[in-house]
Amino acid sequence: MHPLIRRIHRALSNHVDSFLLVCTMILISMGLAVLFSASDQSLPKLSSQVVNITVAFAIMWAIANVPPHQLMRFALPLYVAGLVLLVGVALFGEISNGARRWLNLGIARIQPSELMKIAVPMMLAWYFDRHESALTFRNYVIGAAILIFPVLLIARQPDLGTAILIASSGFFVLFYAGLSWKIMAGLFVSGLASLPVLWSILHDYQKKRLLTLLDPAKDPLGAGYHTIQSMIAVGSGGIVGKGWLHGTQAHLDFLPEHTTDFIFAVFSEEFGLIGNLFLLFMYVLVIARGLSIASNAPTLFSRLMAGSITMTFFTYCFVNMGMVSGILPVVGVPLPLISYGGTSMVTMLLGFGILMSIHTHKKLVKT
Amino acid sequence: MKHKVEIRDHQREMHTYRLRLGISAVFVLFFFVLLASRFIYLQVIQHEHFKTLAENNRISIVPIAPNRGLILDRNGIVLARNYSAYTLEITPSKVKNLNKTIDELSRYVEITQSDRKRFKRQLEDSHSFESLPIRTRLKDDEAARFAVNSFRFPGVEIHARLFRQYPDGEMTSPFLGYIGRINDNDLDKIDDAGDSANYKGTDYIGKMGIEQSFETKLHGVTGFDQVEVDSSGREVRTLSRTPPISGDSLTLTIDSKLQEIAEKAFGDYRGALVAIDPGSGEILAFVSKPGFDPNLFVEGIDSQSWAALNNSPDKPLINRALRGEYPPGSTFKPFMALAGLHFGVRSAQDAIHDPGFFELPGKSHHYRDWKAGGHGVVDLHKSIVVSCDTYYYGLANLLGIDRIHEFISNFGFGKKTGIDIAGELSGVLPSPSWKMKRYKQRWYAGDTIPVGIGQGYDLATPLQLAFATSILASNGTAYRPHLVKSIRDSKTGKIETPRSELLYKLDIDPKYLSDVRSAMADVTKPGGTAPRVGAGAPYDIAAKTGTAQVIGIKQGEKYVASNIQERYRDHALFIAYAPADNPRIALAVLVENGGHGGSTAGPIARQVLDYYLLGKMPQEKIKEEKIDAPAD
Repeated sequence: MHPLIRRIHRALSNHVDSFLLVCTMILISMGLAVLFSASDQSLPKLSSQVVNITVAFAIMWAIANVPPHQLMRFALPLYVAGLVLLVGVALFGEISNGARRWLNLGIARIQPSELMKIAVPMMLAWYFDRHESALTFRNYVIGAAILIFPVLLIARQPDLGTAILIASSGFFVLFYAGLSWKIMAGLFVSGLASLPVLWSILHDYQKKRLLTLLDPAKDPLGAGYHTIQSMIAVGSGGIVGKGWLHGTQAHLDFLPEHTTDFIFAVFSEEFGLIGNLFLLFMYVLVIARGLSIASNAPTLFSRLMAGSITMTFFTYCFVNMGMVSGILPVVGVPLPLISYGGTSMVTMLLGFGILMSIHTHKKLVKT
Repeated sequence: MKHKVEIRDHQREMHTYRLRLGISAVFVLFFFVLLASRFIYLQVIQHEHFKTLAENNRISIVPIAPNRGLILDRNGIVLARNYSAYTLEITPSKVKNLNKTIDELSRYVEITQSDRKRFKRQLEDSHSFESLPIRTRLKDDEAARFAVNSFRFPGVEIHARLFRQYPDGEMTSPFLGYIGRINDNDLDKIDDAGDSANYKGTDYIGKMGIEQSFETKLHGVTGFDQVEVDSSGREVRTLSRTPPISGDSLTLTIDSKLQEIAEKAFGDYRGALVAIDPGSGEILAFVSKPGFDPNLFVEGIDSQSWAALNNSPDKPLINRALRGEYPPGSTFKPFMALAGLHFGVRSAQDAIHDPGFFELPGKSHHYRDWKAGGHGVVDLHKSIVVSCDTYYYGLANLLGIDRIHEFISNFGFGKKTGIDIAGELSGVLPSPSWKMKRYKQRWYAGDTIPVGIGQGYDLATPLQLAFATSILASNGTAYRPHLVKSIRDSKTGKIETPRSELLYKLDIDPKYLSDVRSAMADVTKPGGTAPRVGAGAPYDIAAKTGTAQVIGIKQGEKYVASNIQERYRDHALFIAYAPADNPRIALAVLVENGGHGGSTAGPIARQVLDYYLLGKMPQEKIKEEKIDAPAD
């Protein structure tokens, strides 16, 4: 090989974890194939997703090249900025589809809750890392506060899906930071006890979605529609599926959101149980790699980040597939690396960038 | 030693951490196994079931829109009803090439460019298995022509649908409002209310007035058919049917005959009239002239008619009764007089000398009386009967703006009445804090003086004036003005009659009320400002005339109606209740650019009172008489 090419190759691949990269690429290719089918073979949609992917990979590569201790420095400013923007949304946000999620900054419309998906776990990991030498009960209380404010702000936008994802990403940081089982049990019990209160806070449409889960046939025109149609798609796929481009549910427009949140229904219909199990297997590989990187991470910050990123990725997978197969209520959570959309692609690969950075900068820190 | 502890701690920490990673892995596997079992359940065990649903028999859900509730007047006369007409509808998922199909359809049925646009818009925000109208109101021959050729058009069907109709058209638009096609804005609202499922089969929604404010009652509950369609999209059979529930019908407090008489009485004048039953707050007539034909809006108004309505200098789209804010002028005086008595500033017997103007001590500005040279010695009774301005300039000055504001807001000035239709404006009952907020200026003593005669910053809607008059008529008892008398639940047939809402009872000495009321009763008698309104009536009419300036008259100039363009002439106002000793009706009339209240607004009021109290139909047009009654 020409030395220059070798040098470029090394510069590009130095901080990239090839195992994670290969898994990611396989998943993304599967995603493009389903998207092509789900969008009625729309080339513009496909190429716009390719652009999303390219941007996301560039961001992943850039982040992978930043050592974790430098990433840490962004935790506080990112978190504070995110919080300020969220308050801004609550006060001046634009309403679309009945929810106040966007903030118009004049130059661009932004959705600060997306930023918080990374900023919240990072902030928590940074906080625990700072107090590593003497973690006391008080630290967990403060940690919980860091988590709860943005989650509440997002939940009342209302954006239940994102609030759940951020809450779980923060919870995983607390969990790996050693939150005691007793407290978790206590939280669990008090959570159960406060269910009636939570129920009264929920918006009517959110209540409706939960109720429909119990009996989708009750409201076939409204809230139950998505669930019924996606279950028909999944179930009719059978063991081997109807074959690529041959799903009927999606193509006849029975399925809503079939390129974004419900793309898994199209996948399931066309590739059947075998496809589903293969997809689960690929996700297991990614999660296993993430956990292994986490277990070898050198600093508390990187351990907490790696654990949280990996388990949040799992949460995405479970919530989305659970929703499409009718065991979880309908919340707006995309299927990682498969669903159409730039934001979720960037969020996912940014997380992987952090994992890669943690994995490849280990030795530097140790010496 | 210390170092050693830290290392052990670190090791313990790592141990906990790795243990928890292990737990996470088990957790992940558990939930993925859960998902896998769900997939096996759906795709293997229940596969046949779902395969049937998806492949052979797709279940399609067809919404059935409910009949919109009827709206009746207080005597059961229909004001809004539905009629059936044919629409030509396309189910997009059953049609291969939409544009081609529409082109071919247009050979049998007229399809305009705007029909196509409307269809395309609806296509974008609906499921493609819903049938969407391409043409509404088919003529009989069009329907027949299509029926013969319908075999050429799979996925295209004729449906009989219900349309809204307002038999009285323009006359009822001020309170009924109208329904129109659901637009994006409405959709957002429906979504926010979590009502989208119920609107699946509905194309129209209330946009104004009763139709808007009672939308949820009138709409009803959408039913649906679950139908089996085969793989080519043909309906095989109906599996189950949940019938729609019609909307509730509303009975209004409006007396449509009275409404018609009031509306006709305006002739070509612009203006508004609101008549209220002072014992209950029921609104008997609610007129805004000119109006518009609400039937135009039902089908989506065409741009030409819209432009005509929107650009007309008469502004027919403005609901003057609800949203027209006018200076109340001299109709404000009875309330001022009560305020004076209530605070003990002037007794009923206290008299002033009126030289024809009022001036603040130390200022040279003349606040002129309408009558040059003045009214001489004036007490409370005379001040109302002859509508003396000077008396009220002085009274306003003695009371001060704070006391005026405090007392007169009891009559509903400066705030919304809370009528049961949306959109009313609150007028202005000025106060120093209002002026600071509105103009960022402090209140001057000179600002208070014109408030005494209902000018200056004072503004009130005809509805507010009628409400205030009804409070006066009922000796201080305020009932919320309302238009809906009863609601008939279409499911149970139960009739719900909301009790008239008693807002408050004012604490005013009855003696003071009777002083003011007896003066108002003399306004329509010889010597008052509106003697002709009372002439020959077998019952007593208590009233007050008013004139609201449209343009300011400079110091030393004289207002001469004939010198001024019609649109800048004064507005005429008239408030009244009758019979004076035991009122059954209270009303306010406003005639834009009508000049003096007694001569243009008064006769309108008299026709309304005659019909309501005597059942007497108006005589042929009351002769135009030369205005020789005093102008106030």
